[in-house]
Amino acid sequence: MESTQQHSITLERMVDLFETNRKVLSSNDTALLAGIRDKAFTLFGSLGFPHTRMEAWRNTDLKESLGLGYDYYFHPLPEADIQKVFRCNIPNLDTAIIGQLNGWYVSKDVPLMELGNGIIMGSLAEAKKKYPTLVEKYYNLSTNDVSDVFTAMNTAFEQDGVFIFVPQGVKSPKPVQLINVIHHQDNIFMQSRNLIVIGDNASLSLVHCDDSYNQQASFSNLVSEVFLGENAFLDHYKLQNLNNNSTLISASYFKLEAGANLESHYLSLNGGLIRNNIQVLFNGVHGNANIFGLYLMDRKQHIDNQVFVDHAFSDCTSNEIFKGVLDENARGVFNGHVLVRRNSTKTDARQTNKNILLTDTARINSQPFLEIYNDDVKCAHGSSTGQLDPEAMFYLRQRGISEESARMLLMFAFAEEIVGKIAIPQLRQRIEDMVKKRLQGELRICEQCVLHCSTPNHPLDFKIDLSKI
Amino acid sequence: MDTDSNKIIDEVTQGDYKYGFVTDIETEFAPRGITEETVRYISTKKNEPGFMLEFRLKAFRHWLTMTQPKWAHLTIDPINFQDIIYFAAPKKKENLEKLDQVDPELLATFNKLGISLEEQKKMTGVAVDAVMDSVSVKTTFSETLSKYGIIFCSFSEAVQKHPDLIKQYMGSVVPYTDNYFAALNSAVFSDGSFCYIPKGVRCPIELSTYFRINAANTGQFERTLIVAEEGAYVSYMEGCTAPQRDENQLHAAIVEIVAMKDAEVKYSTVQNWYPGDKNGKGGIYNFVTKRGICKGNNAKISWTQVETGSSITWKYPGCILLGDNSVGEFYSVAVTNNHQQADTGSKMIHLGKNTRSIIISKGISAGKGQNSYRGLVKVTKNAINSRNYSQCDSLLLGSQCGAHTFPYIQVGNKSSVVEHEATTSKISEDQLFYCQQRGIDTESAIGLIVNGYAKEVLKQLPMEFAVEAQKLLSISLEGSVG
Repeated sequence: MESTQQHSITLERMVDLFETNRKVLSSNDTALLAGIRDKAFTLFGSLGFPHTRMEAWRNTDLKESLGLGYDYYFHPLPEADIQKVFRCNIPNLDTAIIGQLNGWYVSKDVPLMELGNGIIMGSLAEAKKKYPTLVEKYYNLSTNDVSDVFTAMNTAFEQDGVFIFVPQGVKSPKPVQLINVIHHQDNIFMQSRNLIVIGDNASLSLVHCDDSYNQQASFSNLVSEVFLGENAFLDHYKLQNLNNNSTLISASYFKLEAGANLESHYLSLNGGLIRNNIQVLFNGVHGNANIFGLYLMDRKQHIDNQVFVDHAFSDCTSNEIFKGVLDENARGVFNGHVLVRRNSTKTDARQTNKNILLTDTARINSQPFLEIYNDDVKCAHGSSTGQLDPEAMFYLRQRGISEESARMLLMFAFAEEIVGKIAIPQLRQRIEDMVKKRLQGELRICEQCVLHCSTPNHPLDFKIDLSKI
Repeated sequence: MDTDSNKIIDEVTQGDYKYGFVTDIETEFAPRGITEETVRYISTKKNEPGFMLEFRLKAFRHWLTMTQPKWAHLTIDPINFQDIIYFAAPKKKENLEKLDQVDPELLATFNKLGISLEEQKKMTGVAVDAVMDSVSVKTTFSETLSKYGIIFCSFSEAVQKHPDLIKQYMGSVVPYTDNYFAALNSAVFSDGSFCYIPKGVRCPIELSTYFRINAANTGQFERTLIVAEEGAYVSYMEGCTAPQRDENQLHAAIVEIVAMKDAEVKYSTVQNWYPGDKNGKGGIYNFVTKRGICKGNNAKISWTQVETGSSITWKYPGCILLGDNSVGEFYSVAVTNNHQQADTGSKMIHLGKNTRSIIISKGISAGKGQNSYRGLVKVTKNAINSRNYSQCDSLLLGSQCGAHTFPYIQVGNKSSVVEHEATTSKISEDQLFYCQQRGIDTESAIGLIVNGYAKEVLKQLPMEFAVEAQKLLSISLEGSVG
């Protein structure tokens, strides 16, 4: 059996699917990887799907999402109009584009690109065949001890995804753009796995987009393992712009060796239900991680950010800033957890979550946790929820700016703290445009990927409505 | 950390718990363990009306269906609930009327604790209800208070004399289904204090209850109920101590506060149960459910707590802000030293419009202590224009301790503002250096800094308590430096 039709996601169904398709699933596995898969399957079976009585899932109910009927495929679907699908680009930004369609690496001709400087990019399935030792060295290293059901399910079922390897000392010359598009004529359930390895003293800039092209429901279970070697640098952008019928469970496991530096940006612009599970582990001294998040949600959208930072070594710094605007019936969840272990002296950890609620039906649950077992630390966290500052509004109104414009301006300023941290100018420009459009409510339904819903030659301007002054 | 500081820490951590003595008093016990029989025994012993027994039995049956909660950041050795004596009472003469009829041993005990029932009566103008093990020993000032229509007596007495009030309010804020320990308390609670302030009355003196665990192998389960009618005001204090024993003793209490329109209740606690020795042996398990409800508009409930004792503290005094414009406050200093563990904080539930709450929590961790703040701020859809501000700071003294912050913030409308901030740090070397440079020795400097750190909370305490709390704090911590 290579595909199943329109069934809801239940433990029984998944167990059945795994057992029936075990051979297909592990067709690219080495013995070691097959062992990992089996172990993950056992763990998946013992954990079962979460429910709201579980502490970690108290505020995110997947019942409805899991209950929909989905197609599940064990092979890539024919790429109907590949050029059309991947015409996503950012004006004037030269990137190396990697495409994924429903989780499968696209471009059959070149499954694995090997660039002159030693960088390898391409299909994980292919990498397993071609570089088994390299994959084995890193694969499942971060997720091995994780008892998260979706990660376990991903490890058990994953068949493809993206593999990026930047060798020691190499600085990737241009940003890599990884675009995962969900596009199917029916509801689809997909799982995909990425493995990104950045060697010692190497650096990479990665733009990782999740997009959907139609209004079909989808359930994505994505896992990325990211390894940063000593003094390595990763500039990471996660752009999420899916339709309102989509569910996205996205787990990222970052492991930082001594002196490594991570800049990560999570920009959730649209999506039915998004749960980001972000785990950062300092595996050496003097690491630094900045994790920024911005979410703009409306209607019945649901955003859940789970951020766990493990200060397992001394002299590391981490800074989390997550900001969100929730409109209509949107629901936001932020669960930050900073753990400072016994010997992690000179730790500096910060955690901030700020929310603006625009209606009485929007809701936010914010849980910024600190767990500290060392006295030689500087830790602080803050969470605030409120509305636009009335004094700021008054100031703007007093100067003749219409209420609507003033509101937009303030919300944009609120988001700008995160958007302004985007280091790639062209990308920042594009995201600023998108945020502006999003705040004006235009970005709700995109017939296609929002990345090309404004024309490159006519960048959006944020206008103050002069006619009303 | 320099050697001096280490020495000082050692001295402090090895310091004796000065309330650790045992009083030799004739005591009567219920049989060990808990069954329906135990519940009936307690009820019969206290000569309770039928509704009380019914309440207890319902609670007990519910408790049987529950399991001990595990979510707190605490390591709790398994508790054998069948190995506890649920009722112990100093044998007393029938119908105690005058102070000289009280067992002299007992009076001596309270004198030793610094609660001279007799002197209190004459000098300080604080009405005291003293509770030893499970039974209220003596309430002072009742007569004076009754002139104002204020009822201040033991819970048992209230059950006999004011059953209607008890029936109306008991369990109305903390139902027996609330949590595991609340259910247990509801089944076996033995005594406690009851306080009723009639409409428009401002209680002229501070009311105080002093709790003392004395007998071995017993648990203490007391219950306090405070009702402030429209426009009433009362300030209420509680203090607690226990003998030094190798075993862990269970203390599971309930405090319920009802504040009607325009009423104000101020509740202050200095908790100094035996914390266990420096190796973590013994000590009280302190599992307490405290909650108040601002039922009417403009009501105000304020909790202030200084938690220095107990080997384990599990306690979240909260306010349900039901009336419009009502106010909830929570001020806390929690100290954990040696092997003490505390998981404490507050719950503020905003239901009414324009409700306000403030949470100031100062955690101090030393030795191998683990100190967690856990708090909930919930603003419902209809609680428009509500405001909360929470500040939870942790001070770490020594590299073996831990300080944790677990805030839960839920906001459901657009016009409310909720802010939470927390910092964790040690005493900075700059601060110490500054003091030392001015000729203040390390120990005094730390005392100074810690007291300054906790001042925001201590200043909320009534004067009588503030002095005791400050002393306690310096005993618990002076000389520690990170």
